[in-house]
Amino acid sequence: MTDVSDDTEERAPEPATERYGCPLTQRFGQDVVYVDRKRYVEVVKAAADDGFEMCLDVTAVDYLQHLDRAVPDGVERQRFEVVVNLLDMRGRRRLRVNVQVPDDDVTLPTLFDLHPGTEAMEREVFDMFGIRFDGHPDLSRILMPEDWDGHPLRKDDAPASMPVQFKATGPAR
Amino acid sequence: MTGTVVAHVSQTSEGAQEMRPRSEVTADELLREVGAVLRLSEAEAATLGDMPEEPEEDQTMIINMGPQHPSTHGVLRLMLELRGEEVLRCKPIIGYLHTGMEKTAEQLSYLQGGTNVTRMDYASPLSNELVFSMAVEKLLGIDGDIPERAIWMRMLLAELNRMSSHLLFLATNGMDLGAVGMMIYGWREREEVLRFFQKVTGLRMNHNFIRPGGLAADLPAGWRDDVMRLLDGIPPRLDEYDTLMTGQPIWRERLQGVGVLTPTEAMALGTTGPILRSTGVAWDLRRDMPYLRYDDVEFDVLVGQYGDSFDRYAIRLNEVRESMRIVRQILDAMPSGAYRIQNKKVTPPPRARIDESMEALIHHFKIFTEGFRVPEGEVYVAIEGPRGEIGCHIVSDGGAAPYRMHIRPPSFVNLQTLPHMMRGCLIADAVAVISSVDPILGEVDR
Repeated sequence: MTDVSDDTEERAPEPATERYGCPLTQRFGQDVVYVDRKRYVEVVKAAADDGFEMCLDVTAVDYLQHLDRAVPDGVERQRFEVVVNLLDMRGRRRLRVNVQVPDDDVTLPTLFDLHPGTEAMEREVFDMFGIRFDGHPDLSRILMPEDWDGHPLRKDDAPASMPVQFKATGPAR
Repeated sequence: MTGTVVAHVSQTSEGAQEMRPRSEVTADELLREVGAVLRLSEAEAATLGDMPEEPEEDQTMIINMGPQHPSTHGVLRLMLELRGEEVLRCKPIIGYLHTGMEKTAEQLSYLQGGTNVTRMDYASPLSNELVFSMAVEKLLGIDGDIPERAIWMRMLLAELNRMSSHLLFLATNGMDLGAVGMMIYGWREREEVLRFFQKVTGLRMNHNFIRPGGLAADLPAGWRDDVMRLLDGIPPRLDEYDTLMTGQPIWRERLQGVGVLTPTEAMALGTTGPILRSTGVAWDLRRDMPYLRYDDVEFDVLVGQYGDSFDRYAIRLNEVRESMRIVRQILDAMPSGAYRIQNKKVTPPPRARIDESMEALIHHFKIFTEGFRVPEGEVYVAIEGPRGEIGCHIVSDGGAAPYRMHIRPPSFVNLQTLPHMMRGCLIADAVAVISSVDPILGEVDR
């Protein structure tokens, strides 16, 4: 099977609308590629081979109040969007990889094997949004206490409705 | 997940966040810990041979360093597995200073947001304000309209802030390694820079001075003399540091070859700033992806050769000199003109206008009560802070407060190098390694 993405890149001199076989958009002059969850690791790997060898940031957005936001054609909107920032040092360019993660199956494969530096960032996303990264070596909470309920940066995790949580500190005296 | 995790250190237990004793960790997990960091396959990692013999359980112990330890720079807690004085494994446990600043940011208007981000990296608050303002301006589409004077003022403040931040590093680095006199010297010089900030912004730290659209106020009368006094006063002091530390055999013995990182490892771990440059990778956003007017000034990007703690010390010390070189050029180039854009939807009208114009008064009132609306969009802006790349990712839904605001904190990412750099070093060197990473816990935990 021939690679579709190679084909289109050769033929299209106008601004590319896809890269690594995924829809590509320009936001304020920045390249954003929308990746399907199944091809997530594969695309980040392809980007790494293409020169984007550093993964600078992994974060997420909870679009609970904007489930109808604008996305490129062919992308199915989901509640969560994981945002990965890649850097190509030689080419001096950046690439943002956006992945849709549905509310009913909040998982994503880990990038740890490709970019070990995502270890802490993925833990933070797990802590704040409850997105589970399959294959992550140590997916525990990183900023919140281990016994915290809920994921604070979710839009339905309202600070005011949260009772103050106290923690047992060892045996009673 | 692991199911039941027994708390081994009672009283301060954080459950699964803690480092587990060797008997509970499988050989595969240990290999993965090492191999993934070194970017090797598990088979290659196994042939490394530096973790062959399983130490007996009774030969090792896990101890806590921090969160209340003077050389952990705040509330960093490290769990160290020790065999005698040798560090076998290390796990940083963070979150003790977490105050939910990214959640707070969703409640604050874009005008108030600066007060929030400035408290993250409290040793270089102006860099955080700068990246936040630049991201908001990009969303507003006014990033090309910022007046020249505002841009050069931002550069002046950012570079002076880099100096004060590195001076703080030099002070704490000296203190951690036993050069206690250095602590006083570094603090003294930093205080002189902060005194200038106080004169300009009104505060020593947490300025909220760089705001979307420009700056809060113009530079005060006599600022040029103050900067000149700094530029004349600090170089001889830096030469004193060289005498006190750089050339000193004890200092070099403590730092050289300690906490070595290779370029491949540094890049795999996402490290930026002086730590990445110490490994020999010449990467500085000011030069490689210029923002503000950094392409109009001349400066050198300093790189190390060995990637050890000494390189990181030397790079920061000399970056103070480079920053002064930039500041000198800024003094020559500083244009006159407005210090913020005159866009009544973004910046408040000049004070005098409020007395004579009802419309100006209304705009003033609306900006400070409701803030201004920012068009929908998503943006990521990055600058070179003193510790590395500070990134700001903002998602706007068209309202007056960000829908989501995320700061990519350099310290948070750089902290991941600790377990790697500490493998096999002595506990006394561990202090040198923590110090040379220069983490700011306010930014790590946010």
